[in-house]
Amino acid sequence: MSSDLRYFVIIVGCGRLGSYIANKLSHSGHSVVVIDSRESAFNALSSEYSGFRLEGDATEFDVLKQAKTDQADVLIATTHEDNVNVMVAQVAKKLFHVPRVMARVFDLKREKVYHHLGIETVSPTLIAGDVFLESITTSPIAKREGIGL
Amino acid sequence: MKILIVGGGKVIYFLCRTFVSKGYIVTVINRDHDECVRLSRRLKVTVVHGDGSDPQILEEAGAFTANAILAITPNDEDNLVICQLADLQFHIPRTLALVNDPDNEEVFRQLGIKTALSTTYILSSLIEQRASFDEITNLIPVGEGKVNVMELLLNENSPVVGQTLRDIAMPENSLVAVILRDDETIVPRGATVLQSADRLIVMTLPENYSQVLKKLTGESE
Repeated sequence: MSSDLRYFVIIVGCGRLGSYIANKLSHSGHSVVVIDSRESAFNALSSEYSGFRLEGDATEFDVLKQAKTDQADVLIATTHEDNVNVMVAQVAKKLFHVPRVMARVFDLKREKVYHHLGIETVSPTLIAGDVFLESITTSPIAKREGIGL
Repeated sequence: MKILIVGGGKVIYFLCRTFVSKGYIVTVINRDHDECVRLSRRLKVTVVHGDGSDPQILEEAGAFTANAILAITPNDEDNLVICQLADLQFHIPRTLALVNDPDNEEVFRQLGIKTALSTTYILSSLIEQRASFDEITNLIPVGEGKVNVMELLLNENSPVVGQTLRDIAMPENSLVAVILRDDETIVPRGATVLQSADRLIVMTLPENYSQVLKKLTGESE
């Protein structure tokens, strides 16, 4: 992202992933709102984080309204519950018309449906899996010779 | 009729009992192992243990041949995904979702769920609207709350007792649809005379609801 483009980003879920993205985006000058239902989750934000914290359940329409989702450029749903992420992503896209919406999903079984609903998904399972597979198939591994026990 | 129900608690138990007594084939999906065991012992239903928003579990429960699915877990997000999967992946003709946050009733509708019910909304409108009237024994908002259907008991003090429906100038957009009198069910015509202790099924719009009440009971809210 170039430094002259400032986005308004809403991040749902302030866990390891959510707080990581929030800290980075805030550091590079974007306006950020982080939503989490547990206040203690905000402890994961760095001391330089200059965005907003909103305590609440993002599947509540009112909470998204409070976060000014109607003005957001980007919404990223990162909670540990796939269904929450999928619901929040749909509400942001269809009801608040957020231009760019992304959801983290662990379980890929429902991918067909997500695709049908037009939700952009990121799967940590798939990404990590591919990295592991890639490193096995591309770099040579010294094969262990059998050593008698 | 084959019905899938996703959720738990006493509501499920009694729902299943009602459906089974009507001859429906019921399958319950529940995440709690102990509850599954209890339900399967006490009811003639198939119980599947697992996450109802998992397509594999839905398929195991017979989603491809189900006529209807009720998603009544305590989590709105789960109910949404369950109904969307049921609709898009399994093409179940009738999907019904329970919403806890009353705002989500509209949200769900916009996201393509045909029937979303909010118990919060139903209960709160029941309480609000019958607060001052013991005569109203039942009130159901239908059509996204655009129409009210109420059951009203006429007592002897009502100004309309002894009059024909034709003579009562009912407010516009309202209708006395049915009269329950003793064991009789009467679909009234203009010449039908209202009697004390009649139970009227009345349809109104929310706007003229209080006018209609005033007309039929003589009291104002």
